[in-house]
Amino acid sequence: MANIIITPPGRFSLPSISQLWEAREVLYRFGARDVTLRYRQTLLGVVWVILQPLLTALIFTLVFNRVAHLPSGGVPYLPFVFAALLAWNLFSGIITRASISLVSNRDLVSKVFFPRMLVPLATAYSTIVDFAVSLGFLVVLLIIYGINPGIAVVLSPIWTAMVILLASGLGLAAAALQVRYRDIAYVVPFLLQFLLYASPVAYSVAVVPAKYKVIYDINPLTWLLSEFRWSFLHQPAPPAWQIVLSIIVPVVVFLGGAFIFEQMERGFADVI
Amino acid sequence: MMSEGPSISVSNLSKTYRILRREDRDTYAAEAVLKKLRLGKAKKVEHFDAIHNVSFDVPWGAVVGIIGRNGAGKSTLLKVINRITAPTKGRIELGGRVGSLLEVGTGFHPELTGRENVYLNGTLLGMRRKEIRERFDAIVDFAGTERFLDTQVKRYSTGMYIRLAFAVAAHLDSEILLVDEVLAVGDSDFQAKCLRKMREVARDGRTVLLVSHQLQTVSDLCNTALYLDQGRLVLHGTVEEAMEEYKRSFTRAAPMLKDAALRPGTGELRFTETAVADDITKPGNEVVVEFTVGANPGFGNRYHVSCFVNNEDGMVIAQCDSRVVDFWLDPSTDAQARVSLRTPWLKPGAYTVDLFIHAGGRALDIWEQACRFQVLPVSPYPHPTTPDGTDRGVVFPDFDYSQT
Repeated sequence: MANIIITPPGRFSLPSISQLWEAREVLYRFGARDVTLRYRQTLLGVVWVILQPLLTALIFTLVFNRVAHLPSGGVPYLPFVFAALLAWNLFSGIITRASISLVSNRDLVSKVFFPRMLVPLATAYSTIVDFAVSLGFLVVLLIIYGINPGIAVVLSPIWTAMVILLASGLGLAAAALQVRYRDIAYVVPFLLQFLLYASPVAYSVAVVPAKYKVIYDINPLTWLLSEFRWSFLHQPAPPAWQIVLSIIVPVVVFLGGAFIFEQMERGFADVI
Repeated sequence: MMSEGPSISVSNLSKTYRILRREDRDTYAAEAVLKKLRLGKAKKVEHFDAIHNVSFDVPWGAVVGIIGRNGAGKSTLLKVINRITAPTKGRIELGGRVGSLLEVGTGFHPELTGRENVYLNGTLLGMRRKEIRERFDAIVDFAGTERFLDTQVKRYSTGMYIRLAFAVAAHLDSEILLVDEVLAVGDSDFQAKCLRKMREVARDGRTVLLVSHQLQTVSDLCNTALYLDQGRLVLHGTVEEAMEEYKRSFTRAAPMLKDAALRPGTGELRFTETAVADDITKPGNEVVVEFTVGANPGFGNRYHVSCFVNNEDGMVIAQCDSRVVDFWLDPSTDAQARVSLRTPWLKPGAYTVDLFIHAGGRALDIWEQACRFQVLPVSPYPHPTTPDGTDRGVVFPDFDYSQT
């Protein structure tokens, strides 16, 4: 290994890819730690992963289908909501866990050296494990309801990756900001709750009145949720422009989040 | 893989903290915004140089002790070299991988087992999975916790916890090792093991930077030393020279917060002066703190004073409240007084004295770290033994044995 040179941070610093790569094992260890910890000393363990979205989906089905009689594009309401909840839980789980990660690992940040970006990024690991488990359950639902997703299912890994990127970018920025401003801890859950109802998770985009349509059209989650339903439930594909943007926007958001994080990183140990 | 040239080369290094006055510090964005609106940009920012223009080179194979009083910048220097915090100015070149024992056991998670923690912590310190696997037995052996490997560390005793954590860090194969005050933990056997380990590291031609308040450790282990004072490098030379300088600094030391207006307390009465009569002393000698309290004839009641003696860990070793010996002072005139501590016998190290004025349940003056003194590393007992005979306990007791 060559000499290590330490100098004051420049005006704009970019994340060091080589440093991140060097420390990739930390990412894995953090992720494994989170997964282990979450189910240690729980009775039902991994059952919770399925139970949580299932209960939410049942409530949504009851409220939006049985009570409000909303349509679901010819698909039974339960799988219709469950598929969207998969994407939503992936999105909100990553943001929620990432945003508090630095502050709750204060000791590590102020006492050990490693690329700090790994702390919020590693939180995605356990959320992705949850996602995989619930995805298995979605397959069971599809079989029970006799739904054939069709060929579009091969695109589902792309939508999944885009949800992860989008959420990680926002999570990185939220984590960095929370080191300085603890308000983020209050703002994030509120925004997520708002977004859950403002995005077509529990209902179909088709029921949105025309005058609000534009708000839905510019929400990246609308695009990704439609794509999830397209790939898993054989629903119609969203417009082409939404598909293109649904790949560009998450990448830009992720890079933006990483950039914000990097600008603030060198000061973390001094303010956390 | 050690490079040519010095192992550590620091040039013109400075680390400045911006500190806001308490009322100007925002933890909530909402506060920050409100204040911006109200005050515009006029915030009172003070700059504090934790390290000021420090330059030095360390050759390979050196064990360098960094000594200085609290707040001299020792720990900040290690943090900058370890890349935990960024420098404000200057440049550091390191000739190899850096490992640190800055805070033993950070990254240990109480819910994980010993084995899981060894892997997690090792990875955090920069070890590869393969390296950890190869050294796993040696680590566990060093720590002496084989039987509890699959027990969650929250069930460990403090001693076991620290031994395991240190063992992981000690097996890190870095070319440069940074050590901060870790030797204060563990029993004497374990400390001896740690010292041996550090000597081994140096024999391999690697470099150790060691921050310690224990002058004994520094003189046992180091071949050169840096003496820092208020962020400035005063001396880089032999351990003896640095020790001399360190001891002398205690006699020169200006008491902290000499400006009474900055101190907490209601301020109706204030200490004006204080000093320890013999500020470099030996265990078993009487410690005398002299002080003067200014008059305030308008303050009607008599008042009492209190004096704390704190060790380097910030632990209050002794509380001498004048009420318990029925000693009161009259505010109508300046009062000169002294408090004398005959026991306990203090252990070698640096001590600080806090002074308080109280009346009617209120604190009138709180002067923390009003003065300091140093107890030299000498045994007060007639028959000195190896360190394990005296190194436990917070103070030296005055005791004897007799057969009955």
